[in-house]
Amino acid sequence: MQGSIADSSQPITEATIAPTAIAHAHEAHPDFRVWGLLTFLISESLMFGGLFVTYLFLRGEAAVWPPEGTEVELLLPTINTIILVSSSFVIHLGDTAIKKNDLAGMRRWYWVTALMGATFLGGQAYEYYTLGYGLTTNIFSNCFYVMTGFHGLHVFIGLLLILGVLWRSRRSGHYGSHHHVGIEMAEIYWHFVDIIWIVLFSLIYILTLF
Amino acid sequence: MANIPVEALSGNRAQPYPGAPDNWKRFFSFSTDHKVIGIQYIVTSFVFFLVGGLFAMIIRGELITPEANLVDRTLYNAMFTMHGSVMLFLWSFPVLVGLANYLVPLMIGARDMAFPRLNAAAFWMVPVVGILMMSSFFVPGGPSQSGWWAYPPVSLQNPTGTLINGQVLWLLAVAISGVSSIMGAVNFVSTIFKLRAPGMTFFKMPVFVWTVLAAQIIQLFGLPALTAGAVMLLLDITTGTSFFRPESGGNPVLYQHFFWFYSHPAVYVLALPVFGVFSEILPVYARKPLFGYRVVAVSSLIITGLSAIVWVHHMYASGTPGWMRMLFMFTTMSISVPTGIKIFAWTATIFGGKLRLDTPMLFALAGVVNFVFAGITGIMLGSVPVDIHVNNTYFVVGHFHYVVYGTIVFGIYAAIYHWFPKMTGRMYYEGLGKVHFWLTWIGTTLNFLPMHPVGLMGMPRRVASYDPEFAFWNVLASLGGFLLGLSTLPFILNMVSSWIQGEQASHNPWRAIGLEWLIASPPPVENFEQLPIVVSEPYGYGKDEPLVSNLAELSESPE
Ligand code: HEM
Repeated sequence: MQGSIADSSQPITEATIAPTAIAHAHEAHPDFRVWGLLTFLISESLMFGGLFVTYLFLRGEAAVWPPEGTEVELLLPTINTIILVSSSFVIHLGDTAIKKNDLAGMRRWYWVTALMGATFLGGQAYEYYTLGYGLTTNIFSNCFYVMTGFHGLHVFIGLLLILGVLWRSRRSGHYGSHHHVGIEMAEIYWHFVDIIWIVLFSLIYILTLF
Repeated sequence: MANIPVEALSGNRAQPYPGAPDNWKRFFSFSTDHKVIGIQYIVTSFVFFLVGGLFAMIIRGELITPEANLVDRTLYNAMFTMHGSVMLFLWSFPVLVGLANYLVPLMIGARDMAFPRLNAAAFWMVPVVGILMMSSFFVPGGPSQSGWWAYPPVSLQNPTGTLINGQVLWLLAVAISGVSSIMGAVNFVSTIFKLRAPGMTFFKMPVFVWTVLAAQIIQLFGLPALTAGAVMLLLDITTGTSFFRPESGGNPVLYQHFFWFYSHPAVYVLALPVFGVFSEILPVYARKPLFGYRVVAVSSLIITGLSAIVWVHHMYASGTPGWMRMLFMFTTMSISVPTGIKIFAWTATIFGGKLRLDTPMLFALAGVVNFVFAGITGIMLGSVPVDIHVNNTYFVVGHFHYVVYGTIVFGIYAAIYHWFPKMTGRMYYEGLGKVHFWLTWIGTTLNFLPMHPVGLMGMPRRVASYDPEFAFWNVLASLGGFLLGLSTLPFILNMVSSWIQGEQASHNPWRAIGLEWLIASPPPVENFEQLPIVVSEPYGYGKDEPLVSNLAELSESPE
């Protein structure tokens, strides 16, 4: 009845194949999670892409950009940028540490990263507070607050991921040199937030200098 | 060595997790079994198909006479908005995700999707979307009236001034549906890349899997753009920003770009899996291999690529500059190349075959015919001069219903009939199936064909009343519409009664070739006892070559 019956004497044998088969039997194979996260982040970055395009488009249409009265501050955001960019290196030290099975080292570097992230958010809140204009002041401030706010939300989520890793790492044996996907995912997400910020900073702050 | 995978699975094979219900109740649980989730998707979205159909009946009831006398005009606006939105976001998308959920892991020889819990979470958002959408009937001002595009400035009006209004609920529903779709897309892409059975190379995957991959990649790059647009629209409505308000520096056309950058590719998210269904079904009932398998497979990805650069053809009449119109006219026309390849391949597949005209085949053949017709009107609409003439008329409505009903719904019906024995272990009643087919075919033609002449004559869309000179065609269309409403009855009767007491189906009633047909109907939890080792291309009809090298080990008691 079936046109597709074969006996096991085919060139591909089970013995050569079985290891893959075993790997597939585990529901949450580590590699998939990193893969899934990367797929998601590529997609997510396009959403920022949409906001960036809007910004550039509206900038191109406006006569003066940013309009008078809604200029941006430069010193504080630059400091913030330095903090966020360097935190990407710090978090990587944590990842390197756990690969050497150095749990305490990982925790240390992740704490530092979390602190730097929180400083960034605090700095941004301060900036919002002192700017003197709000979300609805004009079309530039619309873009400014939506873009930085949306990014800030992502920093906040990244911070929660890092704190989640720290929380879980209290239990000994949860992470180890061969078991650190969660740590890696938090790191990848953090780099993502960082890269988006670099583009955003160039668009909103650096570009207004020209 | 060989039996290690089996050991890894030992335990209760009948349930996805300990204590999970294994009777009908599993369809109402947070099951992580891709087959349960697939059926959950299909049944839920079919309920919404009926809801959207009810709105369509009201629309057609209104349009059977030239005067606006059945419903209030604002309600009419709400009806076509809700009809379009429900049909797309709550029927077409989820039902196809359901089919893919059910079939992709089986077809690539996997035990489940890559992220089963994410899968279940994505499904359970669909009822939430439905409830949000429907609840807009109960807020002041009623549902959104701005059409399924929600173009500003219409969508920004908010006549009642309340924060929770129909438009806001609509946007929230669409946003959640987007989140659910992104989760699904991540899952499908990961599954197809990472979970293929040993030996299942890309060029051994059935075309349906290729088309799902192509469609889900569109979701990944398209949906974020829509989400960005929707977030800005939501802020414009609720907080008073002015991204799309021209009076304070914003630009409403920008929204159109965001909307169509996603929503044009979105029609391929719907159409591609249906092309996959045609490619699966035609070879089975013609007993011939799919003509040009590799080319058909790759053409899906070409469509994915092209779909990203044609969106402006929805905006020929939006003040688009001439060079841009020309450019997008060219890209739009070029889409007919990969789709033409597919149609050619399907024709060549059935050409000279011994056709067996069971219900799935009838729906598939009619779907292809309808698609050819829709393709012809599509090329007409793609050319700027014609589109400027018929823009916003019933010609457009006729064209896209030939796609969404004539092609996509037909393909979905074909798929449901074809895989019904696999999903339920029962056969459906062929006689009822044929009745359903003929009602649907006649209804579709009667309903949507007259929209073309009446559109060419100039009848605008989205109006509750019209010039009496259009009455003749509208009466025909309304009769066809009611016939389509009627056609769902034999279908529902067939599905329910066959599932309860239909004849038992064997593991492969159609003598089809494919991994899903090698195991029991319905397949057990985790599908394969041992993962299949795939050794040949799909569609080996008449070739007598084995598909897998370990057939005997795939299930506990192979038939
Ligand atoms: C019984 C079957 C159906 C009938 C009788 C029907 C009828 C109609 C009519 C008359 C309109 C135009 C309303 C107007 O412009 O005033 C319309 C719009 C629309 N239909 Fe259908 N339709 C049916 C099925 C479907 C299906 C299956 C889909 C999608 C999968 C669909 C998607 C749409 C969309 C997206 C619109 C545009 C709504 C808008 O203008 O915003 N329809 N339909």
